[in-house]
Amino acid sequence: MAKRIEVKDLDIYYDKFLAVQGVSMTIQPRSVTALIGPSGCGKSTFLRTLNRMHELVPNARVEGSVVMDDDDLYGPNVDPVNVRRQIGMVFQRANPFPTMSIYDNVAAGLKLNNKRLKKSDMDDLVERSLKSANLWEEVKDRLHKPGSGLSGGQQQRLCIARAIAVQPEVLLMDEPCSALDPISTQAIEDLMLELKTNYTIVIVTHNMQQAARVSDTTGFFNLQGVGKPGELVEIDETTKIFSTPAQKATEDYISGRFG
Amino acid sequence: MSTSLKTPEQDPDLNTPLGGVSLTAGQLPRSAAPTTLVAAGVAGLLLWLLADWAIVLCALLAAAAYVVIVYTWSRTVEGPRKATDRFVTALVSGAFLLALLPLISVIATVVTRGVARFDAEFFTYSMIGVTGEGGGIYHAMIGTLIITGLATLISVPVGMLTAIYLVEYGRGKLAKAITFFVDVMTGIPSIVAGLFAYALFVMVFGPGVRMGLAGAVALSVLMIPTVVRSTEEMLKLVPNELREASYALAVPKWRTILKVVLPTALAGIATGVTLAIARVIGETAPLLVTAGLTDGDNFDPFDGRMTTLSVFSYYEYQSPGLFAEASFDRAWGAALVLMIIVMVLNLVARAISKLFAPKSR
Amino acid sequence: MASSTEAPPRRNRTPRRPGDRIFAGVSTGSGVLILVALAGVAVFLVTEAWPALTAPAEDIPGGEGLVVYIWPLLFGTLISAVLALVIAVPLAVAIALFITYYAPRSIAKALGYIIDLLAAVPSIIFGLWGMNVLAPVTVDPASWLSEHVGWIPFFAGPASSTGRTMLVAIIVLAVMVLPIITAVVREAFTQTPQLHQEAALAIGATRWEMIRMAALPFGRSSIIGASMLGLGRALGETMAVAMVLSASAGVTFDLISSENPPTIAANIALQFPEATGVGMNTLIASGLVLFAITLAVNMIARAVINRRKDFDGAN
Repeated sequence: MAKRIEVKDLDIYYDKFLAVQGVSMTIQPRSVTALIGPSGCGKSTFLRTLNRMHELVPNARVEGSVVMDDDDLYGPNVDPVNVRRQIGMVFQRANPFPTMSIYDNVAAGLKLNNKRLKKSDMDDLVERSLKSANLWEEVKDRLHKPGSGLSGGQQQRLCIARAIAVQPEVLLMDEPCSALDPISTQAIEDLMLELKTNYTIVIVTHNMQQAARVSDTTGFFNLQGVGKPGELVEIDETTKIFSTPAQKATEDYISGRFG
Repeated sequence: MSTSLKTPEQDPDLNTPLGGVSLTAGQLPRSAAPTTLVAAGVAGLLLWLLADWAIVLCALLAAAAYVVIVYTWSRTVEGPRKATDRFVTALVSGAFLLALLPLISVIATVVTRGVARFDAEFFTYSMIGVTGEGGGIYHAMIGTLIITGLATLISVPVGMLTAIYLVEYGRGKLAKAITFFVDVMTGIPSIVAGLFAYALFVMVFGPGVRMGLAGAVALSVLMIPTVVRSTEEMLKLVPNELREASYALAVPKWRTILKVVLPTALAGIATGVTLAIARVIGETAPLLVTAGLTDGDNFDPFDGRMTTLSVFSYYEYQSPGLFAEASFDRAWGAALVLMIIVMVLNLVARAISKLFAPKSR
Repeated sequence: MASSTEAPPRRNRTPRRPGDRIFAGVSTGSGVLILVALAGVAVFLVTEAWPALTAPAEDIPGGEGLVVYIWPLLFGTLISAVLALVIAVPLAVAIALFITYYAPRSIAKALGYIIDLLAAVPSIIFGLWGMNVLAPVTVDPASWLSEHVGWIPFFAGPASSTGRTMLVAIIVLAVMVLPIITAVVREAFTQTPQLHQEAALAIGATRWEMIRMAALPFGRSSIIGASMLGLGRALGETMAVAMVLSASAGVTFDLISSENPPTIAANIALQFPEATGVGMNTLIASGLVLFAITLAVNMIARAVINRRKDFDGAN
């Protein structure tokens, strides 16, 4: 598992409006890549192009290429559903399915796709996923209760378990801790560090300390100007970005001079 | 301004702070309005008992007396603004009570006159060979079930799929047109829906056609917009995040809709469908022109006339048999059965939305 | 909400899964089916009404042509529906106010449900109730009215001895449309911005003044729209009128005599079982007129209510 993603000259549009322009970057396997930047600069939009969730917005489209190992995600005849099968996603607000139990939520990816597994295999998979998400001990006695009864942090870890149950290559996380308290945040950050031994992780975050703590590589997004599209200013090793960034704008942002 | 009962707005001296007016000045005692109400009520009651006037007249007089007394009393003590407020309060409460009158009267009448025929024969016999007393509504109950069931079978898939189209797929002119015409369809008079179904079946089967299926089609015309509306509302309440969560798990759109969106909205949709059934099950006019009336059992909706409860009740009253009273009893009995069915459906709809909607823990 | 009819410009065509294609197709098909059905209503009615439109005047029941046949029906339909509305709208607004602002919070919901129950009563039951309970009750008051205020055209009399008059039909119609209007108006009142209400109360307004300042202006277009919806319903109501009204074709404003113009819908229900040939076509032609009127009324109602929705965004 874990694959490399190459992004080249990616322009992202909402209808005729160019939201993000000319992004090129390489996302390394088995590492955490953090995307930081001020609100509205298009980092979440960019993240959603990586598993083709962006095009769910009516008339949204992209130009350029996103290549995972040797497959162009936007090539002709590529089914976005298959892309999402390999690239999982965790959202800003935890969104467990309210009609399903904790167990069914984790199994949802397989069940909804109508994969028939033996009960014992399914039990194994659910347990393994919940253990990977550090949630097993807390929920093992109430697997068949609704997922919406969990706390916010638990719900978010449930969503992570749900995402990794389908064994994706890449895991995208869109501000996964922004709605959580510090202790739950800590739990998720620890989890990320564990998960990166198996997965390629891309995380969008508003919290620079978090980026510094968990990521190996950091990319800084910014607007080119008022009313202009966002762009990737620079991307480098996290230690370098936070100590000696190449661009003035990055330094200003990190030292808190704006944003 | 010789009176000391000034309200703040009448005070010409702007330099006097408003706080100077006592907070309890110019107030009727709390018991004023209730006491007046009781007094007026007792007076009305006495008029009815002693003077033997019509009860409605007495009630009206009592109400009028209450309004006049409270208004003048409040106006002299509290000033015109408070008095107007009390006047409107009385008016508005009175309007509500007035609206309860027909409801109570309707229910009381139907129950008292309807129970006369709540016997075993009524529910197990049809009207074959019955000219005087006796007979039953067995054929009409089954007919109502068949026709309403068929209408539900037609309306629910069409209505739900249309709502899914509008919420999940619909963009542009087509969706706008459908939304608009569904709204318009809500207002089609039921008799026109009946004429439509009749005209449709005449094209296929020739003039004078009557069959259960035509009735079901007519009811569907009335039912579909209700189903579309309620399903649409419910689907819109499903948070978008759930759809995204499902897409992110690589679930195709159609499966997402079937397995995630619809189950989440199911309780609401079931409530809407139940209410839609309750609405059409009591329809008379469209069935009168499409399904007609027959005395015996006909449980084949594709062939011949078919009796429903409402049409049965109508004909028993409009053209009574040899013993008019027996016919009237049957009419009221059928009406009571119909009303019980409608009320039960309404309660079931409430129960569904209460029991299944909030799902946490 | 971007809405353009052409497909969004895409660089490459993504394949759609067969499941998606079929499901989207079926859903769209259902929507189109509704449009087709509605067009069908219009087309079939016109086709079946056509013989009556082209038939010579003497073939039409009554022997004086279609217009003479339909005119009293149309008159009866309009006068019954409009007067029912005159009774129902003020009552409905008052009830909505009572439930929203006057009734104790804990029972307001239950009261709303009780009023909704009125809407659930089948029209046949209102018909039975109207002719058996309400009609006899009106006989004495009606004769009193014709004696004392007979100079008002509505109460010219002579009063009917059965009570199955236009007046009773109007009251029954009013009771039937009352819950429909109440529901829409109540909805609007509950949506009145809390901010406006508190602003009014904070400057020392009484409850009624607050309602006049905040609730009524906010709900005005809803009241209009709801009235139109009620009008549409009253125009098309069939059974209750057919059973209550003892009709004899005649155009008169007198509401309490035994001479009453029938309504289109009730006339269809009464004549249909025995109608054949051109008579049947004539009934369908009258149904077409009713369809056109209710269609127009409902379209106006929707337009008014939707216009209010546009304003909601501003709050």
